[in-house]
Amino acid sequence: MKGLAAPLRHARFVVTENPVTGFALALFILFIVAAVFGPSLAPHDPLASNTAQALQPPSGQYWFGTDQLGRDIFSRALVAARLDIGIAAASVALVFAMGGFAGLASGFFGGWTDALVGRLSDTIMAFPLFVLAMAIVAALGNTVPNIVLATAIINFPLYVRVARAETTTRRDAGFVDAARVAGHRDMGVLLGQVMPNIMPLMVVQMSLTMGYAILNAAGLSFIGLGVRPPTPEWGIMVAEGASFIVSGEWWVALFPGATLMVAVFCFNLLGDGLRDIVDPRRRT
Amino acid sequence: MAGLLLRLAGSLPALAAVIVVTFVLTRVLPGDAATYFAGPTASAESIAQIKAMLGLDRPLPEQFWNYIVALFHGNLGMSLTTGQPVLTDLAARLPASAELTLCGLFVAIGIAVPLGIAAAVRQGKMVDHVCRVLVTAGVSLPVFFTGLLLVYVFYFRLSWLPAPLGRLDAFASPPPTVTGFFLIDAAIAGEWETWRSAAAQLILPAATLGLFALAPIARITRASMLAVLGAEFIRTARASGLSGVTVIITYALRNALLPVITTLGMVFSFLLGANVLVEKVFAWPGIGSYAVEALIASDGAPVQGFVLTMAILYVLLNLTIDMVNRALDPRARRGS
Amino acid sequence: MMAAGANVLAVDGLSVAFRTRAGTVAALDRVSFTVGKGETLALVGESGSGKSVTAYALLGLLDAAGRVTGGSASFEGDDLLRASPRELASIRGRRVGMIFQNPRAALNPIRPIGRQIADVLRRHAGLGPRAAKAAAVEKLREVGIPDPARRAAAYPFELSGGMCQRVMIAIAVAASPALLIADEPTTGLDVTTQAVAMDIMARLAAENGMGTILITHDLALAAERSQRIAVMHAGHIVEDAPTAELLAHPRHPYTRGLLAATPTAAGTLDDLHSVPGGLPDLRRADLPPCRYAERCERRVPGCDDPLAWRELTPGHLVACWNPA
Ligand SMILES: Nc1ncnc2c1ncn2[C@@H]1O[C@H](COP(=O)(O)OP(=O)(O)OP(=O)(O)O)[C@@H](O)[C@H]1O
Ligand SMILES: [Mg+2]
Repeated sequence: MKGLAAPLRHARFVVTENPVTGFALALFILFIVAAVFGPSLAPHDPLASNTAQALQPPSGQYWFGTDQLGRDIFSRALVAARLDIGIAAASVALVFAMGGFAGLASGFFGGWTDALVGRLSDTIMAFPLFVLAMAIVAALGNTVPNIVLATAIINFPLYVRVARAETTTRRDAGFVDAARVAGHRDMGVLLGQVMPNIMPLMVVQMSLTMGYAILNAAGLSFIGLGVRPPTPEWGIMVAEGASFIVSGEWWVALFPGATLMVAVFCFNLLGDGLRDIVDPRRRT
Repeated sequence: MAGLLLRLAGSLPALAAVIVVTFVLTRVLPGDAATYFAGPTASAESIAQIKAMLGLDRPLPEQFWNYIVALFHGNLGMSLTTGQPVLTDLAARLPASAELTLCGLFVAIGIAVPLGIAAAVRQGKMVDHVCRVLVTAGVSLPVFFTGLLLVYVFYFRLSWLPAPLGRLDAFASPPPTVTGFFLIDAAIAGEWETWRSAAAQLILPAATLGLFALAPIARITRASMLAVLGAEFIRTARASGLSGVTVIITYALRNALLPVITTLGMVFSFLLGANVLVEKVFAWPGIGSYAVEALIASDGAPVQGFVLTMAILYVLLNLTIDMVNRALDPRARRGS
Repeated sequence: MMAAGANVLAVDGLSVAFRTRAGTVAALDRVSFTVGKGETLALVGESGSGKSVTAYALLGLLDAAGRVTGGSASFEGDDLLRASPRELASIRGRRVGMIFQNPRAALNPIRPIGRQIADVLRRHAGLGPRAAKAAAVEKLREVGIPDPARRAAAYPFELSGGMCQRVMIAIAVAASPALLIADEPTTGLDVTTQAVAMDIMARLAAENGMGTILITHDLALAAERSQRIAVMHAGHIVEDAPTAELLAHPRHPYTRGLLAATPTAAGTLDDLHSVPGGLPDLRRADLPPCRYAERCERRVPGCDDPLAWRELTPGHLVACWNPA
């Protein structure tokens, strides 16, 4: 793997050059730990209500305070990481597969494949995206897989565009023709020659959309679509805390909301950092 | 005029797509529309009855035809929650949403465009760093959470602004309807007390939306301003001794705004979605909170009507953006 | 003000450096030349030799990374290199006009060309909006644009490259400047249009006594259109002489190389490959005093002495220790 040496060196340079990316990386690891080990790390049972301890402000025992049912907000926010990040990751993986392949095929084959994929993208883009996600979840039913699907669908055009543009440039660069002349079949060329080449940019795209996917899923839950109470989920927790904001119990909404925000922030920073590594020219 | 018609025709595919998709979503997919229409407590035969009544037992092409005919008659069905035709409800609530969204957009543009310009003109200086931080933080903000934070600070802590409960405080009555925009209607009627109340209620939700839309606008303004400032014609303008204001505003900014206007399409997509969340936070009586209430009550027709309205609005907004772009860019005008 | 010889511009020892990540670029080193009233000085040299940087430095248009590190440029009693931004703004466009390469990109794409000329007139001739508009049409007529009243409303993308260059000229000379700097004004234009553009500039120079700096790759053009030629190489002016004298008796090895490569002086420097080697990297700390030394076949031990400009015959300056 000699080819990796240069990118790795560049990566180290980017991380040391830009401490923000290093910071985001540390946060990212923290969130992944929370997502994987959350339930066993939580100091309290995230679902156990205890009305005697309802609406306690943050303290040594309840770091983030308790909610209206006396549940420990810290434990709930911690455990929610798995669901929130899981939904986002699943939807990003899904759209990566769908949009990536569609874009690849449309850039590679052109013609009616391109036209079809283009129409599909246009149709999705004709809607305000969050509203479309609402409509999909409302129509298909209020389940986690449907949130994943809806979030994937609204990101579809973006992935198609990136994959298509990259594929077109590669195709025009001529080495696809070379592979064809060498006797490879279309699919073989597509998967063997083109895909590995557009991979880095697609990965950047994935990390850039993760934050948006988390926001989207949390937003859907916030308005009552998607995950249902009492499941701990950041959007629902903010929704539950909303009514206590006006009476001064700020912690109920603040901590889950801040956790959500930091998670999104972390993924966005990481996406920017990753783009600097993969595609330094596009740095802004 | 011919250009306008041509543009209108150009957005027909998008409209058709919207109509087909809403049809597919509500009638074809497994989520059972009749169950929605019948309400959560309906029995099996009342569902069947409603199915027959709504024509859901017909073949799909016929259903689609009927759906389109109904649409052209402005028939979006009835809301079970309000007992009113959905169209009436939407029409009554649309101005509230529009007023909020537009105010949010103005707030965003009012801050983001000057900020983006300043960041580009003074690249690498303090403003530029501020701009970069705002842009990165801005896209990470969950809009419903920012709204709540603002409420906590400005209503609960500081008591500067009223409680987040709709468009007017409890003591004010709505001004006589002309446009449906309270700020405009109150001004027309000269009811300044009402105007003050409406403005006070509007500040926080509009600021929330504005903060949300600020980031993409500032980023694109900065980037496109930077690109234009490096362009050769700016060097010509400088070499001709034109004043700094003329160079920055008349030469650079006008050109830099073209990409900004084009990106507004994307901004509107975000804004209309965020609008739903903000309306819920501020109990704003617009079409977003209407849809959210209907969702909770499993009331299908209003949701469908809402999606259709939003999508049509979005298509129209994109059309408007396109026209503005043509008005400002001679190349777009004569190019096609 | 006009001293003997009536120089419009006298540049003396102009040095410019760019600070870049990879080190400081010594782009110009002690560049000196004069432009007389009504005279056209051609500045020739291969790509990267510093011709454009010279022009930008004179007008204070260098990139943020660029800095004038020495010299003076006396223009009608003012030193351009020491002028305040305010003074410069009132000199640019009014007393010094500049024409750029690639005229279409050098014009504002979304402003009618008439307005762009009017902008300059309003700024420098103190005209009101209506008078400026009328005067702009007049300027368009002067540079030979047919149907100027109608064309004034056109946008650059609606005009041919040659038309755009005429508009560019109209902008540059709108305020009747005393000096015109034309940076490769004919590159990319077809031959007839080139001639027309040059004729317009020559006429204005003759009518108003305007001095011209003609920056070009094109030796034939320089030979035909200039009274003096200054040859640039890697930020140095290596030879400066009246056109006929320079063509007949080139003394610097670089100039000789250029001319030998284009026997009829009809080619452009771009297709020259017979001058061996390339420009030295101007970021090097160990640049030799004579930047041509490493490419030079007439090199002698004395070449390591500090570079000096010597007047071999009156008006013929050469920066070489072993001139031909
Ligand atoms: N912004 C800059 N940063 C660093 N170096 C620069 C910059 N601008 C110009 N230079 C350097 O100055 C030198 C002269 O450039 P200049 O543009 O004056 O060449 P030129 O003679 O006009 O060439 P051409 O015929 O291609 O226009 C170049 O070698 C370049 O390296
Ligand atoms: Mg140049």
